[in-house]
Amino acid sequence: MITWSYDKTFEGLLTLVFDCYQKKVFPNRIVGTDNPQPSLFQSDYEVFTDEQMAKRVWDGLHRKVSATACQMLYYAFLSEAKDVEMMILSYMRKAFASESSIELNFGDKDVLELLKLDKKVGREAERIRMFVRFQKAKDDTYYASFDPRYNVLPLVVKHFENRFADQQWIIYDTRRNYGFYYDLQVSSEFKLVDGLVDSATGLLHGSIMDSEEQLFQDMWKSYFKSMCIKERINPRLHVQLLPKRFWKYLIEKQA
Amino acid sequence: MGDVLKKLEILAGAAKYDVSCSSSGSNRGNSGKGLGNASPWGICHSFTEDGRCVSLLKIMFTNHCMYDCAYCLNRRSNDVPRTAFTVKEIVDLTIAFYRRNYIEGLFLSSGIVKSPDHTMSLLTRVAKELRTIHRYNGYIHLKSIPGASPELIREAGLYADRLSVNIEIPSESNLKMLAPEKDYPSILTPMNSIHQGILVNKEDSRKFRSAPKFAPAGQSTQMIVGATPDSDQQILTLSSGLYNHQNLKRVYYSGYIPINKDDSRLPVLATPPLVREHRLYQSDWLMRFYFFRVDEIVNDKHPNLDLEIDPKLSYAIRNPWMFPVDINKAPFELILRVPGIGVKSAKLIVMSRRYGRISSYQLQKMGVVMKRAKYFISCNELASPTINEIKPESMKQLFMPKAQLRKKDKLAGQLSFTFPD
Repeated sequence: MITWSYDKTFEGLLTLVFDCYQKKVFPNRIVGTDNPQPSLFQSDYEVFTDEQMAKRVWDGLHRKVSATACQMLYYAFLSEAKDVEMMILSYMRKAFASESSIELNFGDKDVLELLKLDKKVGREAERIRMFVRFQKAKDDTYYASFDPRYNVLPLVVKHFENRFADQQWIIYDTRRNYGFYYDLQVSSEFKLVDGLVDSATGLLHGSIMDSEEQLFQDMWKSYFKSMCIKERINPRLHVQLLPKRFWKYLIEKQA
Repeated sequence: MGDVLKKLEILAGAAKYDVSCSSSGSNRGNSGKGLGNASPWGICHSFTEDGRCVSLLKIMFTNHCMYDCAYCLNRRSNDVPRTAFTVKEIVDLTIAFYRRNYIEGLFLSSGIVKSPDHTMSLLTRVAKELRTIHRYNGYIHLKSIPGASPELIREAGLYADRLSVNIEIPSESNLKMLAPEKDYPSILTPMNSIHQGILVNKEDSRKFRSAPKFAPAGQSTQMIVGATPDSDQQILTLSSGLYNHQNLKRVYYSGYIPINKDDSRLPVLATPPLVREHRLYQSDWLMRFYFFRVDEIVNDKHPNLDLEIDPKLSYAIRNPWMFPVDINKAPFELILRVPGIGVKSAKLIVMSRRYGRISSYQLQKMGVVMKRAKYFISCNELASPTINEIKPESMKQLFMPKAQLRKKDKLAGQLSFTFPD
């Protein structure tokens, strides 16, 4: 068993691939450097992330498969799924070894599994676009809490920049404790000061909430309630479409 | 604004029976740092407890109405609280909801006040103010009022992403009976002028890049199912015609919910016909994404859809001669006809088989429902009896949910005889 460790970044993983080809050694297990490992799985080699090497691998991959397929690998990586690194390594080896592109060979285990992970991550990003709820603060900034399963906030920033170009907004990932702030020009990463947001409901504190905000939340709740046709109530379908893990920050599902 | 809360309750409740909620099909960009854009694939923002998507702020301008349509909550003869928004109230509410990412846009409909033209111009004014004064680029769906003049509809199309006229009742004679003030010409005329407008706009934008968009997300309509004795064949033939000739983006089917219980023109139903509605949607999908012709789904011999099994399976059982389909050789269209294989897995199959033969294990991994598909395909080593060995007649039993079968057995036991027809 050959175990390698890397810093859990995508560049780190690409560097790892570079090292594999340089050393002509391929690990059967890839772990994070910071992960305290039981001695049984001591890392045999630690990869040092190098942007240039990473870029060479990335460019090389683009010569073998389409940009869509490359993006699929990145999305799949964001899933942080168990052994996703090994799947990506194995995919890349097949891609580099093949004359023609392997990306449409969904009969292949790695190609299909990575596609499925890519879809999962894409869906989670879509869920931010769907379920984020902004609240207006006194200083005209619109704030929203979100708790995504995967680290997908960076994937949706562009969408919100385009859509809400004329308002300042913050979307905050409460699980990873970081967010993005858009100041009407650009959006940048940002860390929230403690005590401004209620951690259970994701709501702004009364002292900084805009005076009309509560009214609009009430209107939205009332609208949501009156849209339901009682004769057709279907709780199973409801939960399937609106999973319970999102309810805590959804205005319309709060009491 | 507290006043608006009350109005919202009434006028949203009045609008909820319109099923359309889609916000797709338009790719209006956010020009010059204004507010909003339209996403081409549409975004749902919430889901109600009846499992319907909430994408748009779906409200009525007013629920006052001159008409007296038997199936409608807002008909003249009903004693319900009546109210009306002002243009400004709708505009402000839409923008406030939009900025909070509650909604993808506005879906505005209305009861008919004074005249169809007057009502239509009210709706258009809302859209115009949103677009021109507030630089709002989100989605707008306007209802075109039956009987409104083509000029007004043309103007509405310049600001709206989608326009729709509801057919409501799938045959003209029944429509006349239930909605005495409406007739097919008053519905089809606006539909045709929208269709014309879209075609003309297509031509124009080929010539001039700057040609203003006309209803870029097309038009849709809705039919109520189960309020009249119309057969599924009538309903689906009508939809198929609308898709082919009028170029409609969507036809919605709405299972009839007895709102006006005392009306003798309407049937008494214990529960709304939700299964039938579901089967109609499945058939609609077969026509739009699976290359089925309407007469392959329903015809004179089978005018109504089978409620126990889905229409694709039902088609397969009626046409056993075309199976088994060889997964590794058959064309895409034929693979699509296999029950248990959807559009996505069919695409995966035809893409991957270029690299080598596909096994049944791989099919399963690609998302094919083997429980169904295995009777209709041949694929390398797969050894299960196909439809032709099992006999089409007994196939249906295999696919019916267990509870339903038990119920049927019990019924058959009680009646003790079934007569062959």
